[in-house]
Parts: sequence; C-alpha cells; structure tokens
Amino acid sequence: MSVPLRPAFLALVVLGPVLAAPARVDFVREIRPLLARHCYDCHGPEEAKGGLRLNQAAAARRGGESGLPAVVPGQPERSELLTRLRATDPEDVMPRKAAPLPAADQELLRRWIAEGADWPTDARHWAYVPPARPSVPGPGADAPSSPIDAFVNARLAQAGLPPAPLADPARWLRRVTLDLTGLPPTPAEVAAFESDRSPGARGRVVDRLLASPRFGERWARPWLDLARYADSHGFQRDDLRDLWPYRDWVIAALNADLPFDRFTVLQLAGDLLPEAERGPGMDALVATGFHRAAPTNVEAGTDQEEGRVNQVFDRVNTTATVWLGSTLECAQCHNHKYDPFSLKDYYRLFAFFNQAEQETDFTSPKAMAALRFTGPYLDLPPPEAEAVARAEFTARLAALDARIAARRPAVLAGFAAWLQQADPAAVPAAVAAVLRLEPARRNAAQRARLEAHFLGLDPELAGLQEERRAVEKQRPPATARTLVMRDDATPRPSRVLRRGNFLDPGEPVEPGTPEVLHPFRGGPAANRLDLARWLVSRENPLVARVTVNRWWAELFGRGLVATPEDFGIKGEPPSHPELLDWLAVELMDHGWSLKHLLREITLSDTYGRASRVEPALRARDDQNVLLARGPRLRLDAEMIRDNALAAAGLLSARMGGPPVRPPQPAGLWESKVGGDRVTYDVSAGEDAWRRGIYTVWKRTSPYPSFTAFDAPARTACAVQRSRSNTPLQALVLLNDPVYVEAARALGRRMAAETPGAPLAARLRHGFRLCLARSPGAAELAALERLWREQAAAGDEASAWHAVGTVLLNLDEMITKG
Amino acid sequence: MNASSPLPPNDWLDHARTETRRAFLRSSGVGLGGIALSSLLGQSLGAAGAAARAPHFAPRAKRVIYLHMVGAPSQLDLFDPKPALARYDGQKAPEELIRGKRFAFLRGHPSIGASRYSFARHGRSGAEISELLPRLAGVADELAIVRSLHTDEFNHAPAQLFLHTGFGRLGRPSFGSWLAYGLGTENADLPAYVVLLSGPLAGAGTSLWGPGFLPSVHQGVQFRSGGDPVLYLGNPAGHARADRRRVLDTLRELNEAQLADVGDPEIATRISQYEMAFRMQAAVPGLMDLQGESDETLELYGVKPGQASFAANCLLARRLVEQGVRLVQLYDADWDHHADLATRLPRKCQDVDQGMAALLTDLRRRGLLEDTLVIWGGEFGRTAMLQNDSGAGVATKPGRDHQKDAFTMWLAGAGVKAGLTYGRTDELGHAVAENPVHVHDLNATILHLLGLDHERLTFRYQGRDFRLTDVHGKVVRDLLA
Repeated sequence: MSVPLRPAFLALVVLGPVLAAPARVDFVREIRPLLARHCYDCHGPEEAKGGLRLNQAAAARRGGESGLPAVVPGQPERSELLTRLRATDPEDVMPRKAAPLPAADQELLRRWIAEGADWPTDARHWAYVPPARPSVPGPGADAPSSPIDAFVNARLAQAGLPPAPLADPARWLRRVTLDLTGLPPTPAEVAAFESDRSPGARGRVVDRLLASPRFGERWARPWLDLARYADSHGFQRDDLRDLWPYRDWVIAALNADLPFDRFTVLQLAGDLLPEAERGPGMDALVATGFHRAAPTNVEAGTDQEEGRVNQVFDRVNTTATVWLGSTLECAQCHNHKYDPFSLKDYYRLFAFFNQAEQETDFTSPKAMAALRFTGPYLDLPPPEAEAVARAEFTARLAALDARIAARRPAVLAGFAAWLQQADPAAVPAAVAAVLRLEPARRNAAQRARLEAHFLGLDPELAGLQEERRAVEKQRPPATARTLVMRDDATPRPSRVLRRGNFLDPGEPVEPGTPEVLHPFRGGPAANRLDLARWLVSRENPLVARVTVNRWWAELFGRGLVATPEDFGIKGEPPSHPELLDWLAVELMDHGWSLKHLLREITLSDTYGRASRVEPALRARDDQNVLLARGPRLRLDAEMIRDNALAAAGLLSARMGGPPVRPPQPAGLWESKVGGDRVTYDVSAGEDAWRRGIYTVWKRTSPYPSFTAFDAPARTACAVQRSRSNTPLQALVLLNDPVYVEAARALGRRMAAETPGAPLAARLRHGFRLCLARSPGAAELAALERLWREQAAAGDEASAWHAVGTVLLNLDEMITKG
Repeated sequence: MNASSPLPPNDWLDHARTETRRAFLRSSGVGLGGIALSSLLGQSLGAAGAAARAPHFAPRAKRVIYLHMVGAPSQLDLFDPKPALARYDGQKAPEELIRGKRFAFLRGHPSIGASRYSFARHGRSGAEISELLPRLAGVADELAIVRSLHTDEFNHAPAQLFLHTGFGRLGRPSFGSWLAYGLGTENADLPAYVVLLSGPLAGAGTSLWGPGFLPSVHQGVQFRSGGDPVLYLGNPAGHARADRRRVLDTLRELNEAQLADVGDPEIATRISQYEMAFRMQAAVPGLMDLQGESDETLELYGVKPGQASFAANCLLARRLVEQGVRLVQLYDADWDHHADLATRLPRKCQDVDQGMAALLTDLRRRGLLEDTLVIWGGEFGRTAMLQNDSGAGVATKPGRDHQKDAFTMWLAGAGVKAGLTYGRTDELGHAVAENPVHVHDLNATILHLLGLDHERLTFRYQGRDFRLTDVHGKVVRDLLA
C-alpha cells in the first residue's frame, strides 16, 4: 500500500533575507512552523528523543535529559536550542539527520528568544483563525486604486524592491486573454485594444473575456484536475465510462459564474438537496459526478469491499485537499503528526462518504472473483433534435400495443375450445410437450406458452406482433448517461479503521468534522449535504483562503501560500498574509464569485507588470515571491495545443458532448492488457480539432502530448501541475501530426489573409496571430531569411510551413509572458 | 500495493524541478547581465548537459545497467535459501519474528512458509541460486550476491524512492540523475540516462527517474522498446533533415533574442532541449532497431525484433551503453507477490532469467563487462511468513508480505568481486546476521565504482549541500575486486 508522499524538503524553502520582516517575531506564523518542520519529527507530539519536546512551552523551557533548558526567554546565549543548532561537532549538532537550519531561520529563532520567547497559550495555527478583512495599506497621494497593489507595493517597499513597469498593451492583452479564455487574442482584438486610449479600456477587455464561453472551458481544466475527472476507471481494467456530462456541467457552471458555495454544494450533495433547491433540470444530480470520478478497481480478484473503502478514502482526501487545503490523509492511519487532526476526525469525515452505493458487483455470485462495473448511472434527457424522433417512436409503439391489447380478448375467447381439440402433432415440439401434460400439472409458464402459441395463430395479432418487432428495431439510440452520487437506502455504520486497514475496524464513529475547525451542527443522521454546507459556511477559516490561493496560483504560477495543498503547520506560511485574507473576504462578500475576483486581480497593476527577469531582481527574489514583476510561465498542456490550433485557424468552437479522439500514435490503447479492448478511432471532421478539455482521458494511456507537457494521469486529486522542460516536448511540437498540420495551416493562413502584401507584412501577420505583438526588425529578418532559403530549397508551400513551425515552437508561443 | 495501484501524483517533484533549475543557474554563478549570451549557453548548458566530466578518482566502471524488479522479488525463493523454514513450515511464526515489527499487510499471527524451490551451488564460486533462475545460475561466477541489504521503508513507493534517491519521499534527485550530473554522457547525441520499461510501472512512477532539484537536463528519458522508440521522434513525411536544420537554426536565433530580452533561464534550457531533440532524432532509431543483431545474439537473449520484452530491453541496454549512455535503467513490473506466489514468481523468473543471463554473457564476450556495472534487485525483501488475500485466516494461494530488514541484490561487472556471496541473514532470513549493507552503503559503493566519492558528489540547494547518501553511507570494500 502506498504511503502518501509529501515533499517535505519543499517546506524548507527559505525566502531569504529579502523577506525578513523587522517587526516583532510572531510565534504562530514564524516560529512554530519552523519548529514543526525541523524538529517535531524527533521532538514533537509523537516523539521525545532525549526527553525533549518542542511542541509545548513548558517542555521547551525545561529541556531534555541533558538538564539544559532548550529555550530561556530573553537569553539566547543560554538557550540550548540555539547552541545545538550552531554546533559543529557532529555529536551535538541539530537537526541530527538533516540539513543545518539556514542562517536566516537561526536568526529568527534567536530574535524570538531575545524578545522573550513569547508562546501564547491559545496559539491556533494562523490558517484555523477565520480571516477578517484587513485594512488596506496607505492611503497616500499616490496610493494605488487596487487594494491588491496596495498590499503588494507595501511589501515591496519594505524590501526595497522597485516594481517593474507595466507590460505593453499587446503583451498584457495576450496575458489576460490566455488567463481568462486559454486562447490568444486575435490581431483585430490587439489592434482595437492598442488604439483604445479611453479610460476603462482594460476593464472592458476583462468583461468581454469573462463573458466568453471560452472562459468556462479554460477554468474547467484546473477544477477537473482537482476532481480527477477522467473517462475511464483507471487501474488494470481501465474501461471507458460515461462522465462527460459532469465535465460539461463544470464548464457551464463556470460560465454562469455559479457562486462557489453553490458550486460546492451541488457537487458534494446535489442529490440530497430538497427538490426546491435543486435548480433547473438534472444539474444538481449531474454535478455529483465530482465524487464518482474516483478511480474504480474492477480487476478480477480485487476485494470488493477494499475497493469500495479505497474510494471512500479518495473522496475524503480529495474533499480535504480541495476545500480545506489539508493533508488529512495523514490521519487515515494515525493521528496527524503535525496538524491537529485525529484518527477519529478522519473517520468522522469518512462516515459521510461511507454511504455511497457500491460501484461494482460480482459477475457471478458463485465465483466471487470477476467484477463488473455497475456505477450508478443517470439517464439524461435527449437533446431536442433527438426528442422528436424519440417521441414518434414511443407513439408508434404505444399505438401498436393498444391495437394488440384490443384484439387479445376477442381471440382469447376461443382459447379454451382450442385447448380441448388441439393436436400435439400439429404444433411445434415445445408446445406439444406442454399439451401432452395433464392440464392440472401445467405450471404458469407452461400455460403462458400455450396461450402465446394460440394468440399467434390469429393472423391479425401475428401481423401486429410482426409490425411491433419491426418498429422496435428502429428504437433511437440510448440517451446520454452520467455517473452520479447516490447513497444506499440503509445507512452503513462507520468505524475507525485501524492503520487504515479495512479488515481491522475499531470504535464506531458518527459523521462529523475535525474538532479544531468551526463547529458542526449535525448529529448521527448528518449527511453529505450537512457537510457541504459546513464546508462553505462563512465560519470556515480555510475554504475561501484555499480557493483564492489556487486561483492566484493559476495566474501567477505560485500561490500566496506556496503549498496550495497544505495550509497546515508544515505548509508554507503566506508571503502576503493580509492580501490573502483580503482576497478571501472579498470572495465571500461578493457572493463567492470567481469572475469578480478574477476581475479584481487581472485589473491590478501587480498582474499587469512586465515580466522581464531583471538580473538585479533575480539576484534578490528569483522566484518572484514579492511580485515585483509580472508572471512568466510555460502554458499548460491543453493550452499549448489550443493555442497552436487557434493561431492556425483550425480550432473548432463546438462545445460539450462525448469525449473526442484527436490523432495520436497508433497502438497506444491497443497495447493495453486487461479490460475491454477499445480501438482508438480518430474523431472525424472538426472533432479532431476541438479544445483539449474535450479530449478523451484514459487514465492508463492519456493523450501523449498532454503527458509530455505535465498533464497528470488524473488518478488522484492534483492541485498543481509542474512545468518541466524536456527534449520530448520539442519532439511533440515539431513532429506530432497535430502540430505539423497546425504549422501548415498557419503558413497557409499567413498567405491567404494578406493577399498581395509583401512578404514582410505576411510574416508580421503570422507573428501577431501567434504572439499578439509585432516582431522586431531582427526577428522579422530571421523569418524572412528562413522563408527565402526554404523557398529556394523546396517550394513556397514548404517555406510557409517552415515559418509556421518556427512560430509554433517559439518559447514565447508556449509561454504566458 | 500491487501493480495496478495508481501512480502517486508526482507534480510536486516536477514543481521542484522547475523551481530548482532556476536555483541551479543562480548557484552556478552565471549571471545573465554580465556575460555574453553565447558564453552563457556554452557554459551553463554545456556544464549542465552533454559534456562528459571527470570523476573524482579513476573509476572501475564507466557506465551502469540497473535492473529493477518493481514490487520486490522474494529473496527467500531466489538467492537466500533458509532450510530452517522447512522445519517451521505451516507453523505460527516465532514471537520474536513479529514482535515490534511493522508489516504492510500481515496481521495477527501469521504462519511460516518454506520455499517450494530447491537451491543448488553453481559455478566455481558455488553460489547458491534457486532452480527458478537456471540461466542466471549458469553465469553465477560473474555475480556478487549481497544477501544482507536492508532499507528504511517497507511500502513500495517510499522504498523505491529510498533506493533510487536516498530519501523515502518525493523531491530528491534519482540515482541516475546524480550520475548524469556527476559524469555527463560520453555521447552528446543521447541522453546520459535512459529508462526502459517492461510492463506497467507501479509505485513511485516517473519520479524514480526524475531530477529532483538537479537541473532537469539530468532526468531520465524513457525509450520505448516497441513501436516508435521515442514518441514523435520521426520528422513529418517529406521533411529533409536540412529543412529541419533551417527551422531549428531560425528557432534558436529567435529564442536567443528572447532570452537576451527577457532574461528567463527557462529559455536557455528550452534552447538546449531542442538541440538535444535534433541529435536524438539522428541517433536513436538505429540504436533501437534490433534487426542488425545476429541471429545468434537474438537467440542468446530469446528476443524477436519488434517484440517488446524485458529480454529485448536487456539487449537494448547493451546497445545503449555501447554508445556511451551512462546509465540504462530497466524496470520490470509485477514482482509484488502478496498472493499466489507459486504461480506468479516462476512466471516472473521466466520473464527475466534468460535476458539477464544473456546480458552478462554478451557484455563479457564484448569486453564491456570490464567497465560496465550491472545491478539487479527490488526495493525491499519479503517475509518468511505467508500472506493471503482471503482475510479469513486460511492461506489459500499464499504469497509473502513486504519486509525491509533483509533482502538480496546482486552486482556484476566492473570492479565487482565476482563469485562472492556476501552477508548473512538469520535463521529465518528476517534480519541481517553478518555484514549488513544499508541502501546508503550500496549507493556509496556504486558511486565509488564509478569514480565518485559519495561525500563529494554534492549539489547546493537552498543553502545545503545535498548528497545521494544524505549524511550516511560507507563504501563496502569487501565487494570490490
């Protein structure tokens, strides 16, 4: 069984002296996380090596077996903690088995002790204290209009870092268009924006982008990573399943700016909502696909109950990660080592999700080995176009059935008489066998068989039946279906599972929430709906912070809390705590509106700054923690593809529907062992050129060009994607047939959309299609030279193709800068 | 738990990778402002990437083929015979074997299970090898069998990470990345570090060949043994190599201009990745095509060209090291035999026996074994106690659980004392009784054979000099020839 892996070393990130605040050292925010990260493994709640614990004030002052107090308030020189941190003798130095504490951290500890080693008794971790709207720094004559800028600029001023100038209009427009729609701006949009000098021009752009249906397609991607949405089961039997209506629901919900609290309630408990609160159509049920997206193991020999329990674990862990930013899975086997979550807390949450219907069943109750997938599906009403045909079919069938029913009594009147004189030799063998039995010994099925035979002797009825069979053959295809959450009718009692082992149940638990967080008003009958409402309650200190932090990271590449999956003691403290709280409160005060928050952020100067990496700035803050410059990040997998197709003019605007299969190398699906054999048939027509969000996601064989650009396998909730940089990415952009065709189409487009123009103008057009900005003289010259050389070596078509290839492969093309 | 477990997300690793590449360029002292661009590219990417670098001292081994059996093979049925198990067969395990120990799955008071397989002594060295590996037994005198390995982790992903990175969690560089960082490659047309898979990989997944905080150029690159050797390796139809070169030259020119303008080190890395891709296009296809091998060689390995298998990967590994690839790492799936050991272990042994024996034979006769180190093993050992999946207390189709305190690996080739069986485990094979070799010791020894001092192969990251062996590890001199 895999142990959840945590990148502990990342927590060691030191922001460096540039970030050292001169204010009084704050134990909760600064010291305890340090102790937790570096010391608690051996001197914490679980272990007390050498008799020393550093998680309690008294114990720390007392010290360990050496008898020397670890912390002497006001006297750093006499505090053994510092002596051991500074020691050079390997026998003495701490931490024993890890890197020495960075000098900045040692200094922080020294200052804290010198300042009196303040250790508050109610020292709740910052993230468990509900956010309050902080006052905005300023005001001054030149105070920025955006509170975001006020917070960021104040911090920059403190560090003595000058903010970068604003990006030029074309670059800003490309950045914001990519961020809000996942697509590049068109040259016409660039031209319009560049010439619009009126106030509010940026605001109008942002409003236009937020209103675009492309917005939902772009922002669904990170949410579907969290939801581990895929179109197959995962594991060895990775068969396909239907969940795409859920994906379409997410896109529609984002486009409609469904408030995040309702967005949450529908996904976690739409099925449990009272009818009046469900909203239109089937949406509330479709939304519950969120937790049906957990992988299902239907491999033969799998313990059915183990598979079910693993799914419940997945649902608990995913819920905790997404809404609480907490690594609750640590408490699956034991009390959390760092955060105040107990084993019992974990299984109280488990109890909410333990009620869901089993998704698998044995193929045969005799051989309890082979499993089949039975996941609860919801049939969806057909689209309107199909509805007419469907209604006609139903009507024809009903009319026939009525005529059959009408004719039957008249025919049956002669049944008894026929039975008297029927000749077994004149009927089919099966009927004859029944006829030969004593009438009293015929069972119901046998009587029915005789009756059916007799009715068939009537020419009119026989004709009607024949007609019915013919109509039945024209039954329209089944309507779409999607996996939904449904609880079993009988409540399933829950118990603590010792060490997470489903075979080792311990004490019974009732549904409930972690005790350290805001109170839960539930009771033994509490269900997922109560949990969902608790999660998005205004009292929840985490949900708004965790949510805005993820959105912030989506735009800036790094959250204000750099560990968006962990707001616990071992997570990174926020770089801008007040800004984080301001954003969180702003979200809640504005109806949990994602679009409102994105508008606030994208219209700030902080977001709009040039992204040039100045050497002086890099030397002091190379990760741009303090946000002196704008973000510069490689695009996500789907966005890279969508952009190439958009620039080439190939991208289909069609929204929604079953997953599509763009071209991929042959044999990738077919070589899979286990499960249904599915051939990968490339989608026809424009379906081959749809946005990446619609590409089929088979967990054991995801679309390879997405994998090359760090898309996860979607086997578990993924909060952040990486941004690697490999030769395989170069091969994808150069040789994947999708990009080859895009380069060709881009070349054709450059030529076709600039009839009669000189070569330079045509190349400039292509450049602007891809990068929004105009090329510099040297850039243009390089493209011209390539075009002429290739035209000389081959032909004009190959020259256009070569230029298209270069443009699509530019680092800037796959980067938001 | 088994081969069908989903891979744990490794985003964190990759995140770290990007963060740290920046750190690398910074720590390598290359400032974009003051140094000419060409010199930046030449220095940082040359140093970070292709060029071979001198080791700390004269190496015995120049390259490594590492055969990793994903899931952990049972040492008790392959290399570490325990006659005492037969005495206890079917009886409850002695209390001292269980007390205070943690197992992944075993609960309650399990029974001992003797090995069903007979062992014989082989070669001049008299190495004891199970009947399940008859062909490997034929080259027993090449092996240094280490029966006294022990590790710190007993779940797959953490233990695989511990073996490969010296740390049980995500984020540290893999062994291969350390090697690529320390020694570079002898062939600039190929990655220093190539990964070949047979079967679906379970456990820690791609992070096993990830660069951690080392520059990402040091990550392992997966080559495919069937179909296209590397996805999208081939140029589109109708593209002459000269056409491609023109495109790449222009691309490089524009990217360099962008680097000069924007100053983001990511651009420098991207430029180098395109160059590497271009060279790989020329070098890889021929290399991965086994058609050119003689019938005799194909027969030796039991390989048919075009058919993917562990044995084919062994042959490919030989071809890759011939071309100067520093490390070829093979992963073979499905060694996690919690249940039905009696069916699954023999099948797996059949999958690998001929290939690995052929590899040693082939390397030997080509003179490559002189300076190529071959390593075989899993991430931990298995228990003498039986485990079954019924949960009913009756061992139907039993297997063996994980255990970390004693397991077997073998080394062969460059600088290794061939014909040695090293270390001893206790009566039931559950703990090391003599000459323990910790995973850190093994890694220190491997680096030593490659001419690297494990205490000096360091990388400064976030203020600390990191090592593959953390702050541990002793070179096991007894294993050296």
